Amino acid sequence: MFDFLEGYDLLAAFWTTVQLALYSAIGSLIWGTILAAMRVSPVPVMRVFGTAYVNLMRNTPLTIVLLFTSLGLNQTLEVDLFGGESDAVNFQLAVLGLTAYTATFVCESLRAGINTVPVGQAEAARALGLSFTQVLFLVVLPQAFRAVIAPLANVLIALTKNTTVAAAISVAEAAALMKEMIEMESHAIFLVFAVFAFGFVALTLPTGLLLGWVAKRAAVKR
Amino acid sequence: MKFRRTTAAAAAVLALSATATACGGGGDDDKIKIGIKFDQPGLGLKTPDGKFTGFDVDVAKYVAKELGYDEKDIKFVQAPSAERENLISRGDVKFVAATYSINDDRKKKVSFAGPYFLAHQDLLVRKDDNSIKDAKDLNSKKLCSVTGSTSAQNVHDDFAPKADLQEFGGYSECLTGLENEAVDALTTDDSILAGYASQDEHKGKFKLTGLKLSDENYGIGIKKGDTELQGKINKALEKMVKDGSWDKAVKANFGPANYKYEPAPKITEKS
Repeated sequence: MFDFLEGYDLLAAFWTTVQLALYSAIGSLIWGTILAAMRVSPVPVMRVFGTAYVNLMRNTPLTIVLLFTSLGLNQTLEVDLFGGESDAVNFQLAVLGLTAYTATFVCESLRAGINTVPVGQAEAARALGLSFTQVLFLVVLPQAFRAVIAPLANVLIALTKNTTVAAAISVAEAAALMKEMIEMESHAIFLVFAVFAFGFVALTLPTGLLLGWVAKRAAVKR
Repeated sequence: MKFRRTTAAAAAVLALSATATACGGGGDDDKIKIGIKFDQPGLGLKTPDGKFTGFDVDVAKYVAKELGYDEKDIKFVQAPSAERENLISRGDVKFVAATYSINDDRKKKVSFAGPYFLAHQDLLVRKDDNSIKDAKDLNSKKLCSVTGSTSAQNVHDDFAPKADLQEFGGYSECLTGLENEAVDALTTDDSILAGYASQDEHKGKFKLTGLKLSDENYGIGIKKGDTELQGKINKALEKMVKDGSWDKAVKANFGPANYKYEPAPKITEKS
C-alpha cells in the first residue's frame, strides 16, 4: 500500500523541516527578546521602532516575506548571506525570513509575560539601584519567560507548520517533497496527504505536550 | 447555557452551508463543466474581466460544441495539476483539458482521449544568450522550474543531475530571476514557455532554445473507462484538425513567441 514512497527521501525532507524550525526558533527567540526589550524600554526611538517593526512584520503574509528574501534580497540586491551553493543560500534566506516574521509573535508573547510580573518587583529593583537593563534581564524577564512557555510553544508549533512556505523559495523541505509526490504519484494522492499530515503531527504534538508539561512545572505561583 | 447556544448556532451555520453547496452541485444537467488551467498564458488563462483564453480553452470549446453544448452552457472549472485526477474521478467535471500529459501512472486513475497536442520540454533563456546548445550544458547553469513539476523531475533524474535547480512556487517568480540574471534558464513544456514569452510585458526579452528534451502528449482527461465519451471526443478532435480550426487556434495562441509547433499528433488513446 505504501509502495509509492519508494524512491523518495522522506526523512531528508522532514529533517530539513526540523532544521528550518530549529534555527528559526533560536533566531526568533533572540530577536524577539530584543524586540520585547525595545518595546518596554524608556527610550522613545526604540519603542517606536519596536512597535513599527512588529506591526509591519506580523501583518505581512509570510509568503511575501519569504519571496522578498529570495526575489528582493537575493536575486535583485544579490545578498548571499553566508554564501555557498544556492541550496544553502535558499535555506539561509528561509531562516532569515522565518526569524524576522516569528520574532514578532515571540516579542508579543514576552510582552504579555512582562505584564504578569508585579510592578512592585521592578520598583524594588530600581530602588536597589539596578539599571534598566539589569532590572529587565535579572528580575523581570526570567519571571516573564516562565509565565509564557505555553504561548511560546504555540508560536513554535505555528513556526514548524509555517516552514512549509519555504517550498515557495526552493527549499527542499517536506511541503516541496509533497508537491513533487502529488505530481508524480497522483493515483495515491490521499495517502500522500496522510503521510505528510502524520509527519507534521509527529513533529508538533510532542512539542506541545513537552512544553505544556514544562510550563506547568516552571510557572511562578502567584 | 451560553456555550450550548453557540454550538447550536455553529451547527445551524454548518447545516446551512451544507445545503448551499448541495444546491450549487445539482440541477444543471444542460450545462457542461470543463477543467482547465486558470493561470497559464497561451493555454488556459482567466483574464481579469472573467473571460477565458488559450489553446486548451479553444480545444475545450470546440469539443464541447461537438458534444452538443452551446458555448454559454460551458462552465470552466479551475483544475490545478494536483487536482486533475480527483476532479475527474469525483465527476466534478465532464473532462479536463489542462496541459494534461498522457502517462501510465495517470492512466491508473483516469482515461484519456486524444492526444490533441505534442509539446516538448524546453528552455527559455534571455534573448542574447547562446551558451546552451545541448542538455549537457545545463550542468553548469542555474535553472529554474516550479516546485514538484514533472519538468523539474526530468532535470534531476535525466538531463542534467548536476544543474543548480531552483524550484519556485510559480513560473512568474522564475521570470523575475531570469530577467535579473539570477538564473540562466527556465524549463517546462515549450507550449507553456511560449505562452509566457508572448505575454505583453515579456515580449522580446526571452527566446526558446528548441532542444526538445522530452515528448509530452497532451490528452483530454475523462472518467476511467468511459469509452463512449472517448470516442466522441476523439472524433471532435479529428474534425477540429481537418477543418483547420486547430491550426487557427495554435497560431492565435502561440504566434507572437515564434514558437515552432509540431503538427497535430495522431490519436492514440483508443479502446
